[in-house]
Amino acid sequence: MKRMHLAAAVGLAVSIGLATGAHAKTLVYCSEGSPEGFNPSLYTSGTTFDASSRNVFNRLVEFERGTTKIVPGLAESWDVSSDGLAYTFRLRKGVKFHTTKGFTPTRDFNADDVLYSFDRQRDPDHPYFKVSGGQYEYFNSMDMPNLIKAVEKVDDNTVKFVLNVPEAPFIANMGMDFASILSAEYADAMMKAGTPEKVDLDPVGTGPFQLVAYQKDSQIRFKAHPDYWAGKAKIDNLIFSITQDASVRYQKLKAGECHVMPYPNPADIEAMKNDSDINLLEQEGLNVGYLAFNTEKKPFTDKRVRQALNMAVNKQAIIDVVFQGAGKAATNPIPPTIWSYNGAVKDYPYDVAKAKKLLADAGVSGLKTNIWAMPVQRPYNPNARRMAELIQADWAKVGVEAEIVSFEWGEYLKRSKLGEHDTVLLGWTGDNGDPDNFLFVLLGCEAAKDSANRARWCHKPFDDLLVQAKRTADVAKRTKLYEEAQVVFKEEAPWITIAHSVVFKPVRKEVIDFKIDPFGGHVFYGVDIKG
Amino acid sequence: MVRFLLNRLLMLVPTFMGVTLASFAFIRLIPGDPVELLVGERGIDPARHAQLLHDLGFDRPLWEQYLGFLGNVLSGDLGKSIVTKQPVLDEFLTLFPATIELSVCALIIALVIGLPAGIVAGVRRGSAFDHSVMTVSLTGYSMPIFWSGLMLIILFSGILQWTPVSGRISALFWVEPVTGFMLIDSLLSDEKGSFASAASHLVLPSIVLATIPLAVIARQTRSAMLEVLSEDYVRTARAKGLSPFRVIGLHALRNALIPVVTVIGLQVGVLLAGAILTETIFSWPGVGKWLVDSIFRRDYPSVQSGLLLIASMVMLVNLFVDLLYGLINPRIRHAR
Repeated sequence: MKRMHLAAAVGLAVSIGLATGAHAKTLVYCSEGSPEGFNPSLYTSGTTFDASSRNVFNRLVEFERGTTKIVPGLAESWDVSSDGLAYTFRLRKGVKFHTTKGFTPTRDFNADDVLYSFDRQRDPDHPYFKVSGGQYEYFNSMDMPNLIKAVEKVDDNTVKFVLNVPEAPFIANMGMDFASILSAEYADAMMKAGTPEKVDLDPVGTGPFQLVAYQKDSQIRFKAHPDYWAGKAKIDNLIFSITQDASVRYQKLKAGECHVMPYPNPADIEAMKNDSDINLLEQEGLNVGYLAFNTEKKPFTDKRVRQALNMAVNKQAIIDVVFQGAGKAATNPIPPTIWSYNGAVKDYPYDVAKAKKLLADAGVSGLKTNIWAMPVQRPYNPNARRMAELIQADWAKVGVEAEIVSFEWGEYLKRSKLGEHDTVLLGWTGDNGDPDNFLFVLLGCEAAKDSANRARWCHKPFDDLLVQAKRTADVAKRTKLYEEAQVVFKEEAPWITIAHSVVFKPVRKEVIDFKIDPFGGHVFYGVDIKG
Repeated sequence: MVRFLLNRLLMLVPTFMGVTLASFAFIRLIPGDPVELLVGERGIDPARHAQLLHDLGFDRPLWEQYLGFLGNVLSGDLGKSIVTKQPVLDEFLTLFPATIELSVCALIIALVIGLPAGIVAGVRRGSAFDHSVMTVSLTGYSMPIFWSGLMLIILFSGILQWTPVSGRISALFWVEPVTGFMLIDSLLSDEKGSFASAASHLVLPSIVLATIPLAVIARQTRSAMLEVLSEDYVRTARAKGLSPFRVIGLHALRNALIPVVTVIGLQVGVLLAGAILTETIFSWPGVGKWLVDSIFRRDYPSVQSGLLLIASMVMLVNLFVDLLYGLINPRIRHAR
């Protein structure tokens, strides 16, 4: 009953015909859960994206692996009209869709596939709109229905997107998971066969891997797409071995039952660093954890109070205790990995005396308030309760008495959106690497009324800068505007920017060239394995 | 006997109705908004939020939702998951064989070890064996499954490397589901070595899941034996000069088994509850883990129908135990 060693098992896999050829390579990834389905436009979770968009599908533009840099994908190139309202994409020729058990494509990828993929999400009269529940929440939350006026087929290899307003981040949006391109021919075939929902369960994409088999809560099996347009993947088989518990994932990694695992327990990091079979990769996450003041409630309407409470918090203690070192103190609301990050902005120093003075200047004494702490662990905040306790103790030193409040997660999100809190802990993980995706979404005036702007902070000079930056496609100009916006943000202090967490990814030594995806995904194209 | 059976079946009706109400109410009593959980920090505008609640039917009055649920259940429709959009019954039936396989193995372990241990401990009351059985079973009963599971993984899979860490079969095998029972399916498939892999994956989770029922069965058997052994008819049997084996095996055991069978029946519920934790630790793709995920996501249709299915299963097993009880002890079926 001795455990099967991976190398032997890989040999076995070859013999049992997982792939043809003498040296089939199989990579096992211990994923954290079952995907909700295989059509990324219907869902919002990273677990689903790993099993679909990130390995099975492509988009018009892609993010270069391991970076937030936009590179051509299914579109070879694109133009933006001078008014910023029309984006014309020239499509790649000769791109093949997967041939699966249920479908054999008769044509290459073309403009019809792009139209199908977007029209399905935006047109309520589209025959596929209501299939599989018809909820396109990612597409909706990025405001795409209001942004896109039309998607036009210019010819078989050219598609034009017409927007209602100029929106510079649009090109980055086209690289997001919901913008994955599905096969229109497959959709037609399934509709004719009376089984349209198969499109969402048995995916047919153009991506580097194709689905072979799936058993819920157990495993997902993919094989390399033999005709992948960018060249066949280096591994032949990709298996997701679904393992929910982080400690068990680590045991499997140690035992050689899998090669890569996500989301390690912070407590296991030290042991992983010392394990000679494991490479522990690390990268600063594309995220920010923050405490937002409800700027509609007194005394948080006064920026001196917000500045004082910024100065009263010992951030380094939070990094040490809550993040156990796996985090960096945040100065700006965007992480340093995003372009236009303003390194010149200085954070508020930890200064109890100055904080007391500022509070006195603002006429605040004996302040009683609350700190809302999330009930769940998130990438940007591993332990909100503990964080709240530290802030509570820090604030007590400047005479502010804070009560810690918590709700069930869904309830927490809802109530904080409605502004029931005085101060609230929350955070954000970037979707597309564009600064707008942090600044406008979390701090813009549009989001200040019962939406993602938990500070309910609408500051015209700041908002004007963001709107201006949205309207121009010139990256240099946008960079200047965002840099300026970060200065305004720091001065006004609607948040205490707490930390950007560090993401750890343990992989076995035999894995070659695995890169941490800044968006939190797991991309296996380009990854190789020894032996 | 027929009347007894009919009586028992009739009693199932109000229980079943109670279970539908409880499973419907349970998930709604926990605070949480399924739509908010669906979108997370990203948020959703109030109009779209209301639209989604309406599409899912969660904006209707509770009594109306309950009657709709009940009507659908009676017509065999258990609804669709709001997360995966798949019929709940399909998901349940895909995962349930894994839970049964694990529970049956655990029950076999509990019976094979628990019954003899209990009998011997009862017969040799006060002996060192008796004391060790009682101590071990008390420890087994008090150990939380998530802790004992992790400890066993670290010891047997991590350090000794005797057993695989988790899952139902090595990730490198693909066994086409036919019956859903991995041991059977792996025998049916032509993948060499898959049966051994499936069997080795069953060892640790079955032992972990068996700990509590084993302890309960051993203790119950012991005390039932003690009671029966002090009865007059046992003394008479002994006085007649029957061999100890006949006295214990034939006279004492049959009567001692009556309460034990009841307890075994009740253990089915315990096993299903324990399966929730065991499945989560060992990444065992069964209904327990699925139900926990559904609760966290506030997937109302999956939770209410899943609970109903599991509760119905427990009810049927208990019905079966009642009938068995009647068979063992004729006085019971005549009394009713």
